[in-house]
Amino acid sequence: MSTSSQLMAGKRGLVMGVANERSIAWGIASALAAHGAELAFTYQGDALGKRVKPLAESVKSPIVVPCDVTDEASLDATFKAIQDQWGKLDFLVHAIAFSDKNELDGKYLNTSRGNFARTMDISCYSFTACCQRAAPLMTDGGSIVTLSYYGAERVMPHYNVMGVAKAALEASVRYLAVDLGGDNIRVNAISAGPIKTLAASGIGDFRYILKWNELNAPLKRNVTISEVGGSALYLLSDLGSGVTGEVHHVDAGYHTVGMVAVDSAAETAQLLQGLTGSAAKG
Amino acid sequence: MSDIAERVKKIVIEHLGAEEAKVTENASFIDDLGADSLDTVELVMAFEEEFGCEIPDDAAEKILTVKDAIDFIKANAAA
Repeated sequence: MSTSSQLMAGKRGLVMGVANERSIAWGIASALAAHGAELAFTYQGDALGKRVKPLAESVKSPIVVPCDVTDEASLDATFKAIQDQWGKLDFLVHAIAFSDKNELDGKYLNTSRGNFARTMDISCYSFTACCQRAAPLMTDGGSIVTLSYYGAERVMPHYNVMGVAKAALEASVRYLAVDLGGDNIRVNAISAGPIKTLAASGIGDFRYILKWNELNAPLKRNVTISEVGGSALYLLSDLGSGVTGEVHHVDAGYHTVGMVAVDSAAETAQLLQGLTGSAAKG
Repeated sequence: MSDIAERVKKIVIEHLGAEEAKVTENASFIDDLGADSLDTVELVMAFEEEFGCEIPDDAAEKILTVKDAIDFIKANAAA
């Protein structure tokens, strides 16, 4: 990523959901920082805190606070810290999701009421809760981005309740875009292709999803966190000033495909054989 | 083959910030080297990257010590 542009100079924003240097949120943060943005970060619990703090330090972040998005008081404290230090906010990146790992395997049919509610709370409602608090600070307008996945639109094996939560998240992007549009606050989602992150390690057979995407996406490869960062930069900067309510696919084009790529049929067949073996085991 | 052992140990030392002397073959990531559950996932990802191999979830769950990692990679890695 070029460091010569200053697309984000003078802009201040909050990035929620970095876990480590492989995180999509970190790819976004790096792109924003390279283009002159000043960043604040939140983290969930000490285990993630010890990973996020050095990364935040590397981009000279002045605000790094713990935030539990299921706790209203914790959310209030996060945005109060922003208000106290900066007085306003220009953008927000929401990259937060959670589900019980045991239910990201096998059938969606077996989703429990408890995990359904918790998954929706953390992966969907938290975005609305953050927007409620961010919007009043966006006094000169603003831009908000959350992360989704194609499993919101089509069935992906093992993605299960997370796909349902992402569908609700994408719907809430559209409603929030209308509610906040009058204040010149834009709300968009990036639907990223599969990327090997800490969070993705909780999804069953994730390596097959990665390989499948690589073989069948129009670009014949997977995307990187810096590519998602580049697209987020567009949406969060003034380059994207005419865009709101959008779910933008950064997935090497996979969402356009209706059938297995003919030129990689042999490799895809091999992949399917491996998958059959793993299904027989499970 | 000892090269694999050295490379595994180097990753463990760097990732966990552990003292070299403590990173013996029988050292457990969690019990002896202070790793948390996220570290163990990150270590597996680092091994996959270093050795260009895939470590499936059920195998990753059994990699608890330095020796477990070395043995798996010796048996499965191309590099």
